[in-house]
Amino acid sequence: MPKIRVRSLSKVFGNNPTPALKLRDKGLKRPEILEKTGMTLGLSKIEFDVNEGELLVIMGLSGSGKSTLIRCLNRLIEPTEGSVEINGQDIVKLDNKGLLRFRRETFGMVFQHFALFPHRTVLENTEYGLEIQGVDKGSRAKKGLEALQLVGLEEWADAYPDQLSGGMQQRVGLSRALAADPDILLMDEAFSALDPLIRRDMQQELLDLQTRMKKTVIFITHDLDEALNLGDRIILLKDGEIVQEGSPEEILTHPANRYVERFIEGVDMTRILTANAAMTPARAIGYLNDGPRTVLHRMRENGMDRMLITTRERKLCGLVEADVLNEAVKRGDRRIQDLLITDLHKVSEDEPLNNLFPLFDERSYPIAVVDEQDRLKGVVVRGSLLAELAQAATVESGQKDNKQAQPEGEHIV
Amino acid sequence: MSFLDNKIPLGHWVESGLDFLTEEYSSVTRTISDVTENAIFGLNDLLFDIRPELLIVVFALLAWKVGYWRKGLFAGNWRLGVFTAVGFALIYNLGLWDSMLESFTLVLFATVVAVALAVPLGILAALYEGMYRIIMPVLDFMQTMPAFVYLIPAIPFFGIGPVAAIFATVIFSMPPAIRFTTLGIRQVPTQLIEAADAFGSTKAQKLLKLQLPMAVPTMMAGINQTIMLALSMVVIAAMIGADGLGGDVWKAIQRLQPGKGFEAGLAVVILAMVLDRMTQKLGQAKRQSK
Ligand SMILES: Nc1ncnc2c1ncn2[C@@H]1O[C@H](COP(=O)(O)OP(=O)(O)OP(=O)(O)O)[C@@H](O)[C@H]1O
Ligand SMILES: [Mg+2]
Repeated sequence: MPKIRVRSLSKVFGNNPTPALKLRDKGLKRPEILEKTGMTLGLSKIEFDVNEGELLVIMGLSGSGKSTLIRCLNRLIEPTEGSVEINGQDIVKLDNKGLLRFRRETFGMVFQHFALFPHRTVLENTEYGLEIQGVDKGSRAKKGLEALQLVGLEEWADAYPDQLSGGMQQRVGLSRALAADPDILLMDEAFSALDPLIRRDMQQELLDLQTRMKKTVIFITHDLDEALNLGDRIILLKDGEIVQEGSPEEILTHPANRYVERFIEGVDMTRILTANAAMTPARAIGYLNDGPRTVLHRMRENGMDRMLITTRERKLCGLVEADVLNEAVKRGDRRIQDLLITDLHKVSEDEPLNNLFPLFDERSYPIAVVDEQDRLKGVVVRGSLLAELAQAATVESGQKDNKQAQPEGEHIV
Repeated sequence: MSFLDNKIPLGHWVESGLDFLTEEYSSVTRTISDVTENAIFGLNDLLFDIRPELLIVVFALLAWKVGYWRKGLFAGNWRLGVFTAVGFALIYNLGLWDSMLESFTLVLFATVVAVALAVPLGILAALYEGMYRIIMPVLDFMQTMPAFVYLIPAIPFFGIGPVAAIFATVIFSMPPAIRFTTLGIRQVPTQLIEAADAFGSTKAQKLLKLQLPMAVPTMMAGINQTIMLALSMVVIAAMIGADGLGGDVWKAIQRLQPGKGFEAGLAVVILAMVLDRMTQKLGQAKRQSK
């Protein structure tokens, strides 16, 4: 069962949603509906699941409905139709009391402009959620301090928010959301108001916290870099509808339409694309218990002069050169084990591409891509790396000048 | 004869309404009147019994220290302290000491009652749009009606004397306290309200933990205005038998004694300035407390 399960969620802003929804069902889009009825179609038929411990990024331009969507999850905005199931319970159907309980125990929320209470100290801010749950003073101070420790601000417990920098204030915002130990963190453009360096730090910190605490996180941003850096999965919104949902790589390599493409323009592809994108399956491989003759034969068949050798379980052992094999055959050697070159560069699938360039040396051996068990997934050769880069550059420059982009890509290597 | 010439008996209606209220509730108003009067006279007697020198020192210390409680032993507003000491000494010297104390007591009572009524009304108007639409026009009415008019119904309710004066004063001085309470609560940024909601606050928790604490500086500005209005009304209320500096002014007018009138007026100004500065400091104290 997914942690969060959203089904046909729609929101119409305005006092008479029915005609607006009818027009929507006839296939009209937001601007026409607004013109005809005066109602804004904030969200339309949103469906997605979020698994426990997943970090889902919701991305979209201003006005695409991101804030509306995240607020429908804890009903700060009442959905017009649809369901939001948390742990299997539809919170749209909850009465006021049940809703308060959910907000207190299940959700923690972090806001774009921090929304700290200016008349309360940092610790009192952090304790807020516990305080309204009626937790006694002693234990809420203890938990509040623990939450402050998580973000490294325990020394500032008695300061007031306006004495802190923006980055520190948002840490307080984060610790306030974490203090009551909620399952789900809702973060609406939480880092957008911070300057870029601090922002990077905060992203890293969130990822660290996430690995440690295994919260389910919904993170909103309009910044692609941030989305790619944080998201296990990304949902792209446009005019209140989902235009694409997928892993960061899927979105980059297969943008669903022009809207998504516009989003990914100007991204530093080499940093975002990973080995997986440039990797090709190894055309042919040899196995460790094959004899030199067999391997040599297979090489000739495929027109190769070097070949990767693995075990039967595809565990990478090394690489062997054709002329070394020739000599071994002449000598009458039966084992290839001793002929292997083993100091190959191995990377995992999610290694960023720009980390691969330095690995190509004068021997120009392929780079092996392996999984956690050291099993061979594929190889990256110089050629395929360049090809991928050229394509990335094309997307980057909006497909206008891809003639220029290609030689440039070659130039880098 | 046009129908426009047929005078609507508006005044008559108001009078019969008032008569009705006075008769029906005379026992209630009598009780309120007696209790309040006893309290006022009690406090007055108490203040009269304290040696003026001592009281001047106490007032001066209070003026010096207000708003600076948490800032260390010797921190305070020296200028206000000295001004209070000198000003009150002058009032004593002019022979207006007892009148000043009487006015002070009336202002104190009227303000307490006005604030006690104004804060809940202000909260209601801030939280419920319907209440806002009812209360605000009533406040406009109360503030534009000439102050003297309030004196008239006060008499049948409470009889001539300090309680009628307080009644009129409360009505006259309450509006700013209501308005500023409403304003202060409505000024709390929506994103903070949203944050409080997101953590599951009830309406009451939101009010007590967020809206009211954040409204305090604004509310204090309203209370400051209420005190100033109360002081001016207390002077006018001398016409219906309130004691105090107003009485001295009134006597000076009747006997055509401009000198005496000026002295009494000066005493009012001094008292007003001291009260004004002190309550202003009280309003800012919260903000400076970090
Ligand atoms: N209370 C409201 N009443 C009417 N329309 C609203 C309301 N709130 C939002 N909208 C409209 O709904 C649409 C989506 O708004 P939303 O705030 O969710 O966008 P967003 O993606 O969060 O944008 P941003 O990046 O600017 O925060 C916008 O067109 C907005 O004008
Ligand atoms: Mg938004």
